[in-house]
Amino acid sequence: MSFRARHLLGIEHLSPQEIVTILDLADRYVDLNRRTVKQSDVLAGMTQINMFFENSTRTQASFELAGKRLGADVMNMSVASSSVKKGETLIDTAMTLNAMHPDLLVVRHGASGAVNLLASKVNCAVLNAGDGRHEHPTQALLDALTIRRAKGRIQRLTVAICGDIAHSRVARSNLILLGKMENRIRLIAPPTLMPAGVGEFGCELYDDMKAGLEGCDVVMMLRLQKERMDGGFIPSEREYYHRYGLDAEKLAYAKPDAIVMHPGPMNRGVEIDGEIADDINRSVIQEQVEMGVAVRMACMDLLARNLRAERGAKAMGVMV
Amino acid sequence: MILHFENARLIDPEAGTDVLGTLTVKDGLIVARNGAAPKQAEVIDAGGKCLAPGMVDWGVKIGEPGERHRESFRSAGLAAAAGGVTTIIARPDTTPAIDTPETLEFVTRRATEAPVRIRHMAALTKGRAGREMTEIGFLLDAGAIAFTDAFHVATETKALSRAFTYARSLGALVIGHPQEPGLSTGAAATSGKFSSLRGLPGVSPMAERMGLERDLALVEMTGVRYHADQITTARSLPALERAKAAGLDVTAGTSIHHLTLNEIDVGDYRTFFKMTPPLRSEEDRMAIVEAVANGLIDVISSMHTPADEESKRLPFEEAAAGAVALETLLPAAMRLYHAGAMDMPTLWRALSLNPARRLGLPQGRLAEGSPADLILFDPDAPFLLDRFTLRSKSKNTPFDGQRMEGKVLATFVAGTLVFKA
Repeated sequence: MSFRARHLLGIEHLSPQEIVTILDLADRYVDLNRRTVKQSDVLAGMTQINMFFENSTRTQASFELAGKRLGADVMNMSVASSSVKKGETLIDTAMTLNAMHPDLLVVRHGASGAVNLLASKVNCAVLNAGDGRHEHPTQALLDALTIRRAKGRIQRLTVAICGDIAHSRVARSNLILLGKMENRIRLIAPPTLMPAGVGEFGCELYDDMKAGLEGCDVVMMLRLQKERMDGGFIPSEREYYHRYGLDAEKLAYAKPDAIVMHPGPMNRGVEIDGEIADDINRSVIQEQVEMGVAVRMACMDLLARNLRAERGAKAMGVMV
Repeated sequence: MILHFENARLIDPEAGTDVLGTLTVKDGLIVARNGAAPKQAEVIDAGGKCLAPGMVDWGVKIGEPGERHRESFRSAGLAAAAGGVTTIIARPDTTPAIDTPETLEFVTRRATEAPVRIRHMAALTKGRAGREMTEIGFLLDAGAIAFTDAFHVATETKALSRAFTYARSLGALVIGHPQEPGLSTGAAATSGKFSSLRGLPGVSPMAERMGLERDLALVEMTGVRYHADQITTARSLPALERAKAAGLDVTAGTSIHHLTLNEIDVGDYRTFFKMTPPLRSEEDRMAIVEAVANGLIDVISSMHTPADEESKRLPFEEAAAGAVALETLLPAAMRLYHAGAMDMPTLWRALSLNPARRLGLPQGRLAEGSPADLILFDPDAPFLLDRFTLRSKSKNTPFDGQRMEGKVLATFVAGTLVFKA
């Protein structure tokens, strides 16, 4: 078993072996989740706190379900009614929570790097559920698992990541993960939504969908993050859809067996045509949601093992 | 239909020549130079007068939609034909602005009422407000030839840089109005002795250079194709020269008024001489004439801006800026020729060839195979300009009552006569 991390803050710090370890374990949790009785006790007695400083439905539900299926006591902290609104700083919130001895802290925050800051102040394992435009590691892992199950491998594939790359932490995490696993990555976006210098990450850049999709195995669409835009990135949704929305005509440039992915929630008619999203032969969007729970179970399982080992070692006065 | 011009002084800006010869037109195209008259050709004896490509006038304001009482497509088209302008490049600073493909389709349909060719520029940002880019892709598909917010200068540089970046990815040409609005707001004249004497709020000529430098930095950053609509001061020229030498895809224009008039012409608060930007010093005017002659400035435009009497019969500061110029472009340009500032081919390079070339149009040339958009004119014919004889709906010309030389005798668009004196 090669997984030594204390926290899961980003894909950046994972080795390819660690990624494979997570995916292998997640595969086993997929089987568990398909049974009628889905209960496991690997987190029994542990406390998991979900702290979402940004609104989330699917990710929070996925983490909550993952924790409950593993037998943890799960608490959702509703930030809207928390002391954060009363002016408490992030570090004070962290210290307060830390004093309650949680074991797993799942955090989403609107500022890049906020989860790293929090992790440095607490004694439990921290899982990044998305920080600003930085990383969303469990999304990249669930995408990798979905691809591996659909394509039989997670190496030597041509993957197009399309759309609002500038505002997307999903794109960054996927870019890093797919790069570590030696895939060919293409980023397709209007130039205003292509972050500066991203070409130096070893991917190919396109501002034309048809050229970028040519011969791809995997097409990852991103949500147009209107809430993160202060205006002026694209002319209009209808022009965006015309040039960058995934429809049958553009998808025809990818390989005939190319799969279509989307991290959700989708804006139908903006970045993806509804028919493509619902096409069971091409779209794996529902599988992504299923893999999400399994991957999160695997991540929390592995982190909990390391946490136990660390605490056990500390109790015995051994350095690990 | 075959036309054969004989004994014509052929002004060829591409070859840089000005020699007597013949020119044959068939099916709307120039088919031969210095050939014999084909059978069935209608032979036109030019009598030694000039035959030149029709002017391509970049930056014409037409009042449709919104201000049709000032200028309609029909009146502008008639004025253009009479003035020797065979292609109008219309501005999008209408009411509302031409900032959606739907509005562009409307003006494109309306423009068929004009006897000359009309191409439309579209706004670069919605409502020309400088905040959100327009649907540049859809507008290109609908036929927009270039993108500009006309005289409105965007102060939100980040929004502008995004618009430039997006335009670059589509290969669109953007046109800037180089001006630092922080300095020029409220100005009615160029700051200096004259504005002080008249007590008019002035703007430093430096505002133009600051605006130009900002735009050029954005061009360097984004790689967009860029044209500065009007360079009118000497201090802007080194920046323009550096940008061109550095290989940026940059061109520049100036207006006929800034080439032929200066700030002193405003005289006793004559509002027909109020322009955007304001008329400059004589030193600036001479520097700009020199820059056109040596090719640093590429394009001369009329910057035709119709304004009704009510908007001009106001105190100078409150009066509308701009002048009609479609019908005075040629005689005003002849002032530069008669003064010896530039020869005919050089003048026509800026009046027809360069604007057409920059906009990707086949017009503006005398070469075989080019569209037969031609004007026959007498560069020496003298007249006294009476503004009420203008075909434009608005009569706001600064040349009213002035002695001028240069008359258009006939104008052809695609080989068809559209104006005859």
